[in-house]
Amino acid sequence: MQVDAAVADAHRREWASVLAATVRVTRDLDLAEECVQDAYARALRAWSSGGVPARPGAWLTTVATRRAVDLLRREATWRRSLPLLVEPSEEPAADRLDVPEIRDDRLRLIFTCCHPTLSTDAQVALTLRLLCGLSTVEVARAFLVSEPTMAARITRAKKKIATARIPYRVPPANELPERVAAVVSVVHLLYTTGHTSPTGTRLVREDLVERSLDLARMLRALLPYDAEVAGLLALILLSDARRHTRVDEAGRLVLLADQDRARWDRGAIGEGLALVRESLRSRPPGRFPLMAAIAAVHAEAPDWVATDWTELVGLYDLLVAGWPSPVVALNRAVAVGFADGPEAGLRVLDSLACEPQLAGYSYRAAARADMLRRLGRVDEARVSYEEALLLTENETERAFLADRLAGLAHLSTGSA
Amino acid sequence: MAEYLVLIYEDEASWAKARPEESEQVMAGHVKFGTTHADALRGGHALEPTSTATSLRSDGAGGVSVTDGPFAETKEALGGYYLIEAADLDEAVRIAKDVPAIFGGIEIRPIRVFD
Repeated sequence: MQVDAAVADAHRREWASVLAATVRVTRDLDLAEECVQDAYARALRAWSSGGVPARPGAWLTTVATRRAVDLLRREATWRRSLPLLVEPSEEPAADRLDVPEIRDDRLRLIFTCCHPTLSTDAQVALTLRLLCGLSTVEVARAFLVSEPTMAARITRAKKKIATARIPYRVPPANELPERVAAVVSVVHLLYTTGHTSPTGTRLVREDLVERSLDLARMLRALLPYDAEVAGLLALILLSDARRHTRVDEAGRLVLLADQDRARWDRGAIGEGLALVRESLRSRPPGRFPLMAAIAAVHAEAPDWVATDWTELVGLYDLLVAGWPSPVVALNRAVAVGFADGPEAGLRVLDSLACEPQLAGYSYRAAARADMLRRLGRVDEARVSYEEALLLTENETERAFLADRLAGLAHLSTGSA
Repeated sequence: MAEYLVLIYEDEASWAKARPEESEQVMAGHVKFGTTHADALRGGHALEPTSTATSLRSDGAGGVSVTDGPFAETKEALGGYYLIEAADLDEAVRIAKDVPAIFGGIEIRPIRVFD
C-alpha cells in the first residue's frame, strides 16, 4: 500500500518531468508516453521489493529513457513516424536532475501542448494527457465527451505537431509574453471548468481544480519572474480557498455573501495575497494579476458588508479597459450594483443587453434577477429567474435559482 | 527544413470594389514580401478570379463532368499562393504574417513528403 501511494505521488509530481526528459530521447510523443507508462509499471514492482528510491523522479527518468534507447535501436519503431523537432541541448543529458535543462524540458513540453496553432480543445486535452499524465478515458470524462472522440482529438493534435512541424522548444524572449499568455489561459480554463462544472449534479469538479493548481504551481516554479503566472496561481489559490464553503452539507449553493468565512483556507489565502502583491509590482498590471486582485478584495473582507465594492469597481474598470470582454463587463455591472446600489447596477447591466455573447449567458439573467429582486420589482425578477433557469445546466445552481424564484412569493406579499 | 504552401483567401467582391490606393498598397506589400523573404520563397502566383474557373468532378460513373465556376462557392476564395521553405511552423507563421491579405486571410499547409 505504501508503494502504491509512493507511485501515485510520483505520478502526480513527476510525470511531466519524466515524460519531457524522455521525449528528448525519443523525439516522438507516443513512444515517449509508452516508455514512461512502462517505467511507472516497473516502479510498482521494483519499489515493492527494493524499497522506494530517494529520488523517485530520477529513478523513473532513468528507467524510461533507458527503455526508449532500447526501443530506438529497433529501427522499425523509430521509423514509424516523423521525428519531433527537438532543438539540440548544449550539454549531454547528465544524471543530475535539478539542472536548468530539466526545467527547459518541461517548458518545451508545456509550450508545445499549448501551441497557438492548435485548437483550444486540443491544447487542453494535450495538457491533461502529457503534463498531468491522465489517461484518454480520464481526459474524456473531464470534458464529458466519449472516449473515441477524445482519442481522435489527441491523435489529431499529435499528428499536427509532427506533420506541420510545431517546434518542441522554449519560444524566444520576444515571443514569450504571448506564448505564456496562451499557457496561462489553458490552465485557467481547466480551473474554471472545475470551479463550476458546466453540467451535472456537483458544483465543483475537484479533480480538475487540483490538476489546475498543480499546473499553476509547476508554471510558477519554472517561470518564477512572470507576473501573469504569479497572478494565475494567486487567482486559483484565492478562489479555491472558498471551495468548502460554496455548498452546504446538503449540497446546496451558498453565495459569497452567506459563506462562513471562518472556514476559508487561510493558508491558501495568505499565499495568494503575497503572490497578488508581487504580481502587481509589474506595470501596467496584467490581466491575471488584476483578476487575482479582485479575488483578493473578497478574501480580505472580514464579512460581506465590509467588502470594498468601490475598489472592486476600480479593478474591473482596469480589466475592462485592457481586456474588454462582455463577461468582465457583466461582472463589473454586478460590482456597481453593490457599490452604488441595484438601480445603478441595473442601468449598467441593461446597457450590455445587445452583447450577443451574453444573450444566452445564464449569469446575466441571474444577475438581473437579483438586482430586480433587491429593487422589489417582483414580476420582472420572476421573468429573469425563469430565464436564468432555462440557461443553467448545473443542478446545484438550478436548485439555487428555483429556491430564489420560490422566495419571490414571500417578497410580493410581505414586501419590506 | 520543410516546405509550406501559403494560400491567400480573399473576398473577391471587396477586391472588385477596392480603391486604387488599396490595390497599390497590396501590390507594394507583395513586392516587399518578395524582397524581405527572398531566401524562403520557392514560388508563388496570383490567380485570375473564380469567374474564370472551371471545375472537373468525378460523376460517379467512371466519367468526369466539367462545370463553370470554382470547386466550392465560398465568400473568401483562393486568390493566390506562395510556396515557402521554413524550419518549422513558427517560422512559417512569421513569414506568412507578412503576406498582404486585407480582404481575407491566409492558410498555411505543410507540403506532404513521400518517402
